[in-house]
Amino acid sequence: MRLRMVAVAAAASLLALTACGGGDAEDGPATLRMTIWSSSPDHLALLNGIADEYRKSHPDVTAITFDSLPLENYTTTLTTQLAGGNAPDLAWVLESSAPDFVRSGALVPLEDTLRAASDYDYDDLQPSTTKLWTADDHLYAYPFSTSPFGVFVNTDLVKKAGQRTPAELIKAGTWTWDAAFALGSAVQSKAGKAGLVVRDFDYKTWDNLATVWGGWGAEAWSADGKTCGFDKPEMVAAMTALHEAIFTAKALPGPGTAPDFFAGDAAMTITQISRASLLKDQTFGWDLVPLPAGPAGEYSVIGQAGIGVLKKSAHVDAATDFLAFLTDPANSTKLARFFPPPRKSQLNTETLAAGNPLLEPEQLQAVVIDGIDSGTVKPSHVGSAEIGQQVRSALDPLWKPGADVRAVLGSVCAAIAPLLKQ
Amino acid sequence: MKQRDHLVGYLFVAPQLIGSVVFVFVPLGLVVWYSLHEWNVLADSFSFVGTENYAALVDDPRLPGVLRATGLFSVGLVVVNLGLALLLAVLLNQRLRGTIVFRTLFFSPVVVSLVAWTIVWGFLLQDDGGINGLLRLTGIDGPNWLRGDGTAMGAVVLVQVFKNVGLNMVLFLAALQGVPAQLYEAATIDGAGAWTRFRRITLPMISPTVLLTSIITVVGSLQVFAQIAVLTQGGPGTSTTVLVYYLYQQAFQFHHFGYGSALSVLLFAIVLVLTLVQWRMRRRWVLDET
Repeated sequence: MRLRMVAVAAAASLLALTACGGGDAEDGPATLRMTIWSSSPDHLALLNGIADEYRKSHPDVTAITFDSLPLENYTTTLTTQLAGGNAPDLAWVLESSAPDFVRSGALVPLEDTLRAASDYDYDDLQPSTTKLWTADDHLYAYPFSTSPFGVFVNTDLVKKAGQRTPAELIKAGTWTWDAAFALGSAVQSKAGKAGLVVRDFDYKTWDNLATVWGGWGAEAWSADGKTCGFDKPEMVAAMTALHEAIFTAKALPGPGTAPDFFAGDAAMTITQISRASLLKDQTFGWDLVPLPAGPAGEYSVIGQAGIGVLKKSAHVDAATDFLAFLTDPANSTKLARFFPPPRKSQLNTETLAAGNPLLEPEQLQAVVIDGIDSGTVKPSHVGSAEIGQQVRSALDPLWKPGADVRAVLGSVCAAIAPLLKQ
Repeated sequence: MKQRDHLVGYLFVAPQLIGSVVFVFVPLGLVVWYSLHEWNVLADSFSFVGTENYAALVDDPRLPGVLRATGLFSVGLVVVNLGLALLLAVLLNQRLRGTIVFRTLFFSPVVVSLVAWTIVWGFLLQDDGGINGLLRLTGIDGPNWLRGDGTAMGAVVLVQVFKNVGLNMVLFLAALQGVPAQLYEAATIDGAGAWTRFRRITLPMISPTVLLTSIITVVGSLQVFAQIAVLTQGGPGTSTTVLVYYLYQQAFQFHHFGYGSALSVLLFAIVLVLTLVQWRMRRRWVLDET
């Protein structure tokens, strides 16, 4: 008897789990929930402001909440919510998991609703920004943030070490990786602080190294995602240079240390421009410059984030409609304050400068506008979490003095080749 | 009347029973059920695949390494934890000044939040962290504890030992104080030395506690997760990827919920077998168990 009851209870909860996604009644009052990874009060105030405005004209939507999840576990938490039958209506999606979301059928196509929205001007979206979020001519997420990587410089530390600043090097036409490594090394030995920090890399989140190896023309895998790029000559050259810079020249802090540029502990850091807000109350002199040129010339790398509507949402239409409102030209200008917009008409120094008072027009032009125009997006692939984990553990032997760079990179390819083929 | 008694009895156990059914037995059954399916959360597909996930266990090239890491962690933890706990208990069972202070000191980590404890140790174990700073004072260039192939597992084991050794120590202390003093007196008169008294009297008398602590510690060691997630995330390489962390990766990070469920069934089986073995072996070495 008891056994049967357990079985019934198990079946009931399973039914409940699967039924939640079934798309309940579309009509009636809707409450919308959107998962985001920012918990910045400024970001939330902006989003809540736009949401309040939307609800004024849409009384059927009774509430719109923004659910901040920590970035480290963002995708894991989101998929756990999906598995638990508690799917949000809208979600920010990270570039690394974009192919997973776009190709799995978890998101609904957006282009029809967006095109039909009044004054939307869908064709204003720059194709290079929508590419990652498009499959079979359908747009599955709106590229709400397209943020290039640049180098923030603590000019006080550079001067203290008696070196030329990157801005001066750019003027002299010698802002290269060799120069950047030499500068980092000099700051480390003469000013006693860390040289260059690839922010958020921490010898784990290796995809941030795309900002370095791009200078050598290297890539994690081929554009079609089928061929491993780690054992190619460009990557070997890039990683050899990086390894030498870390362990011989000490231009970058080694594994197991965590100096913070924004606390004044490092001369340079590679990160996205949205971090400029951390410099609001800074006492040291700073600058923002493009990534240095490598043997393969100048290049830029962008990080992206999209907003999609979950198919499992009970209010797909309301959610898509709100997304159209959130990203229309007027609101896109507001969002541009924090998130570089994908709209051609807004990718100009005037729009960006209004939202980034800390940055000079020249900095915005050089890093953001030129960067988005020519940038490659950080690596992404279907099954990115598993591939990422494999690369991470295979790369671990590289992060010690005297490592055999070529052999380690070969082992990375051996580890991920079967996953790339899937 | 009798039936009424039964009903009352059932009502009394109902809260506990409902709790167990809802939060233990149903999830347990569901995990077995999921393990027979391919469940892609993103694509919202849930299809029966029979024993395919179990066949994948056999073919998984990463699983042997994971099981090795799990075994290494468990053996290291059980040996060091029980050994140290017993040593501390014997030392602190002496009538000396200050033993109460030391007992409190060794027990206090047990009540500290696990994650907070682990995060602080993470800072201490950094390359330029507190431990290497201390070593440098004595002229030793310490290793990069959490990133060295050989040291990462040892560091994780020690962090966990210091966290929980106090609990086993207190259990041992209580057992030691329950050993009748006459036994020691009689043995001393018979000419037994300190070691003989420990081996022939103390150990047999506290053997039920040794059984209890070893079961708790073995089961706990197989469930280690937070320490790995905070300190090493399974690295360097996969040297600290233990079974629970691996199944978390498979299910929640790689979205293989079916395969992750099969891994948890494997974990369940391992814990069950180990506990049964310990329980059976108790007849051989635990006093008063026949």
